[in-house]
Amino acid sequence: MNRREFLHVIGMAAACGLPLAQFSGRAHAQNAAQFYDLPRYGNVHLLHFTDCHAQLRPIWFREPNVNLGVADMAGRPPHLVGEALLRRFGVKPRTAEAYALTYLDFEHAARTYGKVGGFAHLATLVKQLKAGRPGALLLDGGDTWQGSATALWTQGQDMVDACKLLGVDVMTGHWEFTLGAERVRQVVENDFKGKIDFVAQNIKTADFGDPVFPPYVIKAINGVPVAIVGQAFPYTPIANPRYMVPEWNFGIQEETLQKAVDAARAQGAQAVILLSHNGMDVDLKLATRVRGIDAILGGHTHDGMPAPAIVNNAGGKTLVTNAGSNGKFLGVLDLDVKGGKLADFRYRLLPVFSRLLPADPGMQSLIDKVRAPYAARLGEKLALTEGLLYRRGNFNGTFDQLILEGLMAEKDAPIAFSPGFCWGTSLLPGEPILMEHLMDQTAITYPYTSVTGMTGETIKIILEDVADNLFNPDPYYQQGGDMVRVGGLSYTCDPNARAGGRISAMSIRGKPLEAGKTYKVAGWAPVAEAAKTAGGEPIWDLMARHLRGRKVVKPLQLELPRLKGMQGNAGIA
Amino acid sequence: MDQTRRNVLKAGGSAGLLALLATAGMLRSEAALAADWNQNAFGAKNLKDAFDALGAANRTQSADIAMVAPEIAENGAVVPIGAVSKIPGTESIAILIAKNPTALAASFDIPAGTDPSVSTRVKLAQTSDVHILVKANGKFYETKKEVKVTIGGCGG
Repeated sequence: MNRREFLHVIGMAAACGLPLAQFSGRAHAQNAAQFYDLPRYGNVHLLHFTDCHAQLRPIWFREPNVNLGVADMAGRPPHLVGEALLRRFGVKPRTAEAYALTYLDFEHAARTYGKVGGFAHLATLVKQLKAGRPGALLLDGGDTWQGSATALWTQGQDMVDACKLLGVDVMTGHWEFTLGAERVRQVVENDFKGKIDFVAQNIKTADFGDPVFPPYVIKAINGVPVAIVGQAFPYTPIANPRYMVPEWNFGIQEETLQKAVDAARAQGAQAVILLSHNGMDVDLKLATRVRGIDAILGGHTHDGMPAPAIVNNAGGKTLVTNAGSNGKFLGVLDLDVKGGKLADFRYRLLPVFSRLLPADPGMQSLIDKVRAPYAARLGEKLALTEGLLYRRGNFNGTFDQLILEGLMAEKDAPIAFSPGFCWGTSLLPGEPILMEHLMDQTAITYPYTSVTGMTGETIKIILEDVADNLFNPDPYYQQGGDMVRVGGLSYTCDPNARAGGRISAMSIRGKPLEAGKTYKVAGWAPVAEAAKTAGGEPIWDLMARHLRGRKVVKPLQLELPRLKGMQGNAGIA
Repeated sequence: MDQTRRNVLKAGGSAGLLALLATAGMLRSEAALAADWNQNAFGAKNLKDAFDALGAANRTQSADIAMVAPEIAENGAVVPIGAVSKIPGTESIAILIAKNPTALAASFDIPAGTDPSVSTRVKLAQTSDVHILVKANGKFYETKKEVKVTIGGCGG
């Protein structure tokens, strides 16, 4: 893969255009065939989706306008937003692709191009691509069994069944583990048996360090043995409750990974793919240090990247991709493997436009069946939003602002914290907020709300701790996820500063926060096991009550920190 | 998924295995341990004093020591730390936690002919550099890595 070939890949990202008229009216197989006409290349084909967060139906999803890169990652993909991202990848503004990849002109673009994702529409796309790519494998990067009401209420069973019907071949995980180790085992040993391989070389038992899942699986694609190695989210027991997976260790284990890659090669694999839930910054670093991986198909950080990064290492080159979130995208990697090694490749990140892709009848009927028992609960109208509601972004989103306001009001607390989750769908102005939409923001297995007395010093320690998880200059010390959302408290953040020195000028209603004074702080999603039995009201009950009382949500003013040293950073607009 | 040593032990009963380890000399008696205890080093209240008490005031940074440690601890109370020395003539391997109240966490004597590879669990009071100190042919060699202890939550 030389520079010329790389430019060719970038060019391809800009090539797909389609008249606007195709986006109005009913989805039509002919439109899909035209828009998604992707000539087959090479002999090894991999289809990849990741971080769909259990969104079975088409949704809105606004991409972030703040996704800061620091240190070596400043100004580099994936830390580009809006026009900077379009320029970098040669995507024309005001097109369907620009709508899928950026926040630009979101409301207007959403109404023009329609909802994205949805498993019935994804199924049609997968079938179309598989028809033109015999032997293609479908890979699921994880964060699949969590993120919706039905996934929570069925313990992920709706997604397990949908993935089997979709034809997923190999999977790794992250939020899956928040259903508990036993539930994951149950699915892998029963539902998935003989159908879907769950791989994760970096999960070991805490006692003896024995592998919990197979590290990799080798599948023949058109006669070429291809290894799919699994890398689960390395910081699951830290970012999520440890008590869900008490007997498993995770982490970034370069040596274990290198051994798995070498073993797969020794076993005859002619191409090695890492199906990763590391997050893109971690994958980019990993690719410089581990040899023998042809491509890392990545997720976790929800970065819809139209072209792969090509990373040099001691063993050659490794492609690194990230395929967005919420079912918006399907990554298509075609490899030409000749004489036992990779000769060349083509990669495309295809947006899943529900107005172009007709729903697959079989998948649609499964989705309808899954939802039927919950229809009344899902459809309860809680309030109407007059402004755009979204979550994604480094510091805050309007849906999180709404949650912060709800927490402060319902708990009578002057300060609120809400976790920096990256999932959660969007709502357009004028739409009703249904129970289903509230669950899209809150459906987790540890939803407890609480009010805690915290000193000013503790509050600073928490903000510094989360900021370091986001802005540590070494990606291996980052956890992905965004900054904790903060209501009632203003502060200054200097992402380039060292750990412990990023947060300053903290004030509450115009008064400086006092280190020794205790403040009431409302919050939700505690990772400590004690919170499980403390009896905290689930966040969705609290917010449903708040919304029913509020009836209409006027456009919200975001509480955002003042930023230092970020002028000119391409990750903020 | 069930071919883990935990399950083998459960199935086989662990008493027999422990007896086997003891017979093979892998578990030493308390008396033997007490004889080697360096109270000054293990009692030292900071990193420098601990190094001094080990006689390791002068150390050479070495790339021939491989440390296995997480970047972020899953649980600061039990952090798995391992070290492998490729330095010929390795006599001992010590693990020191810079910011712990007592810095020296463990010291392993490596008898001649033994593979210089050790691993254990240590407690980290807070985010800290972890040092591996190797003594080989009377000289001291060192490598270090930061291990972060975090509050957790808020990810993904």
